[in-house]
Amino acid sequence: MSRYRLVAAAIIPILVLTACNAASPSAVPSSAAPSTEASASASASAEATPAASQGDKFKGVSVNLLTFNGPQVAEPLQRRAPDWEQLTGGHVNVVAVGFQTIYDKAILDASTGTNSFDGYVFDPQWLGDFVGPGYLLDLSDRVKGDTQLQWDDIGPFFRDFNATYNGKVYTIPLDGDFHMVYYRSDLLQKDGLKPPATWDDYMTIATKYNGQDLNGDNEPDYGSCIAKKKGAQSYWWIISIAAGLLQGKGTNEGAFFDTGNMNPLFGQNDAMNKALDMYAKTATVGPPDELNMDVGGTRGLFTTGRCALSMDWGDIGTLTPGTYAQDKTGATITPGWKEVLDRSSGKLVPCDANTCPNAVDGVNYAPFASFGGWSGAINAASPKANQDALYDFLSYMSAPAQSGIDVTLGKTGYNPYRTSHFSDTKPWLDAGLSQGAADNYLGAIKSSLQNTNMVLDMRIPLTKRYQQDVLDTAVSQYLAGELDAAAAEQAIADGWNAITDEAGKDAQLAAYVASLGVQR
Amino acid sequence: MPSSPRMSPALASSGNSVTADPDGLTAEGQASETRPPRRAIASLGAWRSDGAARWLFIWPTVLFILVLSLFPLVASLALSLSKLSFRQGGIDLKFIGFANYQQLLLGLERSHFLGVLKSPSPLGWAIVIGTLLLTAYAWTRAVRSGRYGPFGLILRLFAGVLLVGFVWLLVQAMVSEGGRPGSLIVTLIFVVVGIGLQYVLGLGLALLAVQQVPGRRFFRIVFLIPLTITPVGVGYMFLMLTDTSKGPLEPLWVTLGLRDFTWVTDPWLARAAVIIGDTWQWTPFVFIVLLAALESLDQEVREAALADGASRWQAFRHITFPALLPVTTTIILIRLIEGFKIIDMPNILLGGGPGTATQSMTLQAWIDWNTLNLGRSAAVAYLLLILVTIVATLYVNVVRRGVTETV
Repeated sequence: MSRYRLVAAAIIPILVLTACNAASPSAVPSSAAPSTEASASASASAEATPAASQGDKFKGVSVNLLTFNGPQVAEPLQRRAPDWEQLTGGHVNVVAVGFQTIYDKAILDASTGTNSFDGYVFDPQWLGDFVGPGYLLDLSDRVKGDTQLQWDDIGPFFRDFNATYNGKVYTIPLDGDFHMVYYRSDLLQKDGLKPPATWDDYMTIATKYNGQDLNGDNEPDYGSCIAKKKGAQSYWWIISIAAGLLQGKGTNEGAFFDTGNMNPLFGQNDAMNKALDMYAKTATVGPPDELNMDVGGTRGLFTTGRCALSMDWGDIGTLTPGTYAQDKTGATITPGWKEVLDRSSGKLVPCDANTCPNAVDGVNYAPFASFGGWSGAINAASPKANQDALYDFLSYMSAPAQSGIDVTLGKTGYNPYRTSHFSDTKPWLDAGLSQGAADNYLGAIKSSLQNTNMVLDMRIPLTKRYQQDVLDTAVSQYLAGELDAAAAEQAIADGWNAITDEAGKDAQLAAYVASLGVQR
Repeated sequence: MPSSPRMSPALASSGNSVTADPDGLTAEGQASETRPPRRAIASLGAWRSDGAARWLFIWPTVLFILVLSLFPLVASLALSLSKLSFRQGGIDLKFIGFANYQQLLLGLERSHFLGVLKSPSPLGWAIVIGTLLLTAYAWTRAVRSGRYGPFGLILRLFAGVLLVGFVWLLVQAMVSEGGRPGSLIVTLIFVVVGIGLQYVLGLGLALLAVQQVPGRRFFRIVFLIPLTITPVGVGYMFLMLTDTSKGPLEPLWVTLGLRDFTWVTDPWLARAAVIIGDTWQWTPFVFIVLLAALESLDQEVREAALADGASRWQAFRHITFPALLPVTTTIILIRLIEGFKIIDMPNILLGGGPGTATQSMTLQAWIDWNTLNLGRSAAVAYLLLILVTIVATLYVNVVRRGVTETV
């Protein structure tokens, strides 16, 4: 027995010391807590002060927040929740689940009236399913006067399209997501090549470097790495490739359906033929098992120097520090096309001032805001005190003081979405990027965000079925050779039309138009 | 206090004066007070009788299990005939008849569920005609043998029609120009090929492990390890092993000159990868059951046969294997039922791809569920239930009964 007492006597002080150490960071404002955050800009720290003055504003209020278990996405919420609790007296219980489970849990919780979650940090693509039945709180009035949130600092695209549905604000952006192309800047510089402006350029560069040793290990490497696994991200890339062929007249035109009659643009037409053909071609200059790779696989290959080109969200930029690709990585806006679809004939026509008014040097860029970025929403059926507390927490998370640091860290899965994220490069340098790499990375994001022809991801009811079932299956079958281009396009169009008819064509058209922010 | 049918009303309402006679429960009022210890013991005996036990323990349990089993069955049947949509404060279920089934068997989803069906090649026609003739011959023999009653003959006729129908489907999808199997056939491929491999390997390992060789206890434990790993874990392990561009076996592929080899672009290689992973996980189950069966066999007959000059193969063929048949049929039945539910390996390893090459029925149901097409998901699940029930029933009645009668 005495032996156990000795062991207990040894363990208890250790536990007490550990607890004290663990508790200490939350005792100081978030801007000074973790070591990486200690270097936050002075202005960012100052902006956290108003929240600190709130004292015990939400004392006794505990909220449940459902999100993705990443570990990205949940990580910053869990890391910063104690800081916010220290400032306000409230409590945030972050419930983290698998990506596929978030939607099911959230919608079942809301629709059955269980309402065990006060809010969600989820995919804004699901707004169509949540706003219609009235599950989400309208945040329009709250965001306007919120000095902590600084709504106008959020990029116009994320503010006016991503967070907004049918003219009302329903989410607070915590992340900015869209596709970009990454390239090996050292290789292109050595060979005097420019980053790809069109998809034809992309294939030319990828073909040149495919099979060469790109990282000095005497092994042949790959020209292009794009994740093509079924049930993962495969269907998003085909949207990026097709976007510049399908949408030429600005975000409001839409790239998925004809806003006049709800006919799928992802059907049998020349634009889809060309996009599918290009998508399949990229697989010929990629890893042999690219058809079974998700972004985890392609990011690993790119950061170890095995790919000359890759398409991804903003994550590769923040993942390169400390890898072979550090200071050898460039980012550029998703390549475009010099042709665009004539929707009346289904044929491609050359880009000119009428067909592609947003074209740059004759190239119609249409950067795709795939997914849209993790965003916080509040359950309309939650008690008001919980709604207030959760709103304050989401506002705190999105505020420049916090988000300015989180978007620079690869572990958060968050990418920049505020003007201030681009104006101050110090947090990026602190995160390990060189000045050149930071300028290049932020420049690529900026050029995408400022593009008025950006493509908004689908956000209508049953979006999951349109994309994750029908589109994903048909594209995967096409890449595997089960379907030719015409059959794949037919399968997509038939599947989408069936879903549209099931949900009601007029209702779906109205939802699509509303999601694009089109006022009629 | 609940009253038993065998209790009199007086007994049921008498509170602490519960009594009984040896033949049953009766209310004896005053008499019971004169012999309390004996009455109490008799009462306890009555409570412990079969009748009371049936009402108090068995029926509630049976009802509880029935409710637990039947409710999901009925609910999922209703769901498979409905379209579900969400509204504020609830869910709308709209009855749509057999539309979900129609979509799977005849409509848009037919190519995913049944496959792309094309006219058979000459070889395909030969297979269908051969199967038809063999089935007709087998049924005629069954009729002439006089061993089966009307029900047995009808059952065999039904089994024959199903077999020919299935072979017809199989041939259209796989022995034709441009055909392709759907999730129904893919599931059956996983089940038949996987279980066949698992049985052969499990039997081989069991025959090895039953020998008196050094370290056999160690090997028995090693052989069992895959069974203890969660299927999701096995899926991720094989995901790494089949990754030829950066997985742990990449140097091996390069050394073998298979730098550009991939498991995942060819449908049959992808299916093979799934079957290998599934076989790796489930062979130990077959192994451990067959090992136990082998160790319980009486060795005297086999030793006598060997002493009389029989070869080891003859002893195995005519003595050991027939003795294992009852256990074999049971293992295969268990694995059949379990194998039809395969989802982890094809989902984690390949996401059901390339294309839909490894999409099992359960995975198809899961994808539908995940995209909130709950009605169609339930329809797929119900079709799977029907398939498993038919296969298991036919297996039990035609194969297993035949084997046990033979043995």
